[in-house]
Amino acid sequence: MNEAEIKERVAAFLGEHDPSGDRLEFLRARFDAGLAWVWFPVGLGGLGAPRELQQVVERELADTPQITGGKQGIGLGMAAPTILAFGTEEQKRRFLRPLWTGEEIWCQLFSEPGAGSDLATLATRAVRDGDEWVVDGQKVWTSGAHHSRWAILVTRTDPDVPKHRGLTYFVCDMQAPGVEVRPLRQITGEAEFNEVFLTGVRLSDDLRLGEVGDGWRVAQTTLMNERVAIGGAPTRRGGGVLATVLSAWREQPELRTHDLHQRLLSLWVEAEVTRLSGARLREQLAAGQPGPEGSGMKLSFARLNQALTGLDVELRRDLSYDDWTFRRSEDVDFYGRGPGYRYLRAKGNSIEGGTSEILRNIISERVLGLPSEPRVDKDVPWKDLPR
Amino acid sequence: MTLLYSEVEEELRSSVRGLLADRCQPAAVLKRIESEPYDLDLWKTLAGEIGVAGLLIPEELGGAGASASEVAVVLEELGRAVAPVPFLTSAVLATQALLPTRDALLGELAEGRRTAALAVSFAASPYAPARGSSVRVDGGGRLSGTVTGVAGAEVADVLLVPVDGDLYAVEGASVEVAPSMDLTRPVATVTFANAQGRRVGACDLAAVLRFGAGLLASEQLGVAEWCLETTLAYVKERHQFARPIGSFQSIKHRLADLWLDVVRARAAARNAVADSSSVSVAVAQAWNAGVAVHAAEEAVQLHGGIGMTWEHPVHLYLKRAKATEIALGTPGDHREALASLVDVPGPA
Repeated sequence: MNEAEIKERVAAFLGEHDPSGDRLEFLRARFDAGLAWVWFPVGLGGLGAPRELQQVVERELADTPQITGGKQGIGLGMAAPTILAFGTEEQKRRFLRPLWTGEEIWCQLFSEPGAGSDLATLATRAVRDGDEWVVDGQKVWTSGAHHSRWAILVTRTDPDVPKHRGLTYFVCDMQAPGVEVRPLRQITGEAEFNEVFLTGVRLSDDLRLGEVGDGWRVAQTTLMNERVAIGGAPTRRGGGVLATVLSAWREQPELRTHDLHQRLLSLWVEAEVTRLSGARLREQLAAGQPGPEGSGMKLSFARLNQALTGLDVELRRDLSYDDWTFRRSEDVDFYGRGPGYRYLRAKGNSIEGGTSEILRNIISERVLGLPSEPRVDKDVPWKDLPR
Repeated sequence: MTLLYSEVEEELRSSVRGLLADRCQPAAVLKRIESEPYDLDLWKTLAGEIGVAGLLIPEELGGAGASASEVAVVLEELGRAVAPVPFLTSAVLATQALLPTRDALLGELAEGRRTAALAVSFAASPYAPARGSSVRVDGGGRLSGTVTGVAGAEVADVLLVPVDGDLYAVEGASVEVAPSMDLTRPVATVTFANAQGRRVGACDLAAVLRFGAGLLASEQLGVAEWCLETTLAYVKERHQFARPIGSFQSIKHRLADLWLDVVRARAAARNAVADSSSVSVAVAQAWNAGVAVHAAEEAVQLHGGIGMTWEHPVHLYLKRAKATEIALGTPGDHREALASLVDVPGPA
């Protein structure tokens, strides 16, 4: 399928569905027409078309009702590609449509108090009981758990084998008895994150994603997609957070200093080469030559965002903060909030979704082929690991 | 517009790489460098057999009629080998200056029968094209004055001298080479004392230097790639504390960061040839010059003691990288240019 053909499809779709009517009806129809994510299979919101054609669809449908990208981020970026790769036909049909329309919001039950970067040591247990599994444990740093209908969940189902081998992946019903969500107030004052306590939560076996014991492999798919979702969004030259700093710079010439000017120009260049590198990566993917560059996108994004938001606060010489009120936020708001919020929230960018240290390990071992650090826990059954 | 390499470019790359693997190993470059910096036999083969000298020259003038994109791939390979040949100075800078004149000299340059150099300081930039030059021309076309820091002059058969918007071809100037930072591309002081010049046409020197600066980013990419690859190989082999040093996180993280810088340098270099606008060139130079220097400095450091020796070729790359950081505008010069190009004005 090419650009002209996809434009024809969109035009035909718009002929049949009025964008000024009911928002949800329009979004459902868009999904059914295969215009949700065109590279997904027919019947699952896609057309099996090349991924870059999505940009054409977005342009053509820019003035129609939109999904809410921020709040739906985990569902769209992490849950959907994992369900697509490992879900049964029934699971795909059940979950993908309301996920895309935003009728059902998703969260990700991965990290635990004792298992962050070393995710495979996680302790949340799932024990089989007939056609059901009984889940007990605690998760942490769960964005948006307070408004989620479903979660992707990694559990330990076999403590007697080494840590990577005893994991199983599920879709967790966030409305099931025994799921308790408690807010975690953050550095910004608000609580977009949560602790989630799972006590005797019963999940039917048809909520399992992938084979029993194969949870690590399924989780890898989620994590790789997570990093692309966080760092890989296409931007325009001078756009994104950089644009926010640039507009303050242009509007308030009295705040400029030579030192800030030098640093801003350096960051402008870094943002531009990072943008070009992302564009090159997308070209490689479209040409069927996936390169290892993707591993670096989240790492560069975190660095840039932190440097830019820090410079922004310094430029404005503004000691105020917009709002410390404890609130349950809907999503990360880099553009609607003040510079102080952006600076503080950006601190999470090098931690969430894989710390910058772990990403450097991944690049150095999987891309550059450097030897791994000695792993003392590699062949030890999980139950015997010191914790 | 694409940021990827075409099949034709990859074929050209493999011919150049193959020839350099046979004829221009870093150890061989090192061996000859003090007595005879340039390898003119190698240059003759590159020009005659692979045809690199005429890439930019249209077919009707005897060249290959290729584009900057192919030239960039050749520069990547020459950078990886710190090859001591006058490709950048003759086939890129001098040729680009001469192209609008369609002078017959282009045919000779294309075949590699003659080699030219642009008598401009290598430290001049699109923003300060006259830096280092005091050359004047009198009513009879006679040139007087000096140009400092000219690259490729001592192996050039003909010097192309830009003066006040005109380009003159001059033979028989005095070319004096003093020791230079970059052993593989020394710079010379060129002096004209009432030398008879032949006016070959008009010359937009700033545009020529901008074109050269955009392509220099590809040479810098090649230098950085060699440094990264050579260092990766070393840290996998070198053992200390009973482990390869490349298994230590402090080393791995530095190399991961360097890799990410090189990945972005590749995108910047490709963009500068796909879109030769002032912004793209300034971005590529502001980024790639620093990446090449950083890669070479990391290579020296991570090779430990051997990295500081004459015997290991990594110093050739450090010297090349540092020299190209100055050449055709420093990163700071290019960032300063961006300030007005992309509307990030400085303090009043």
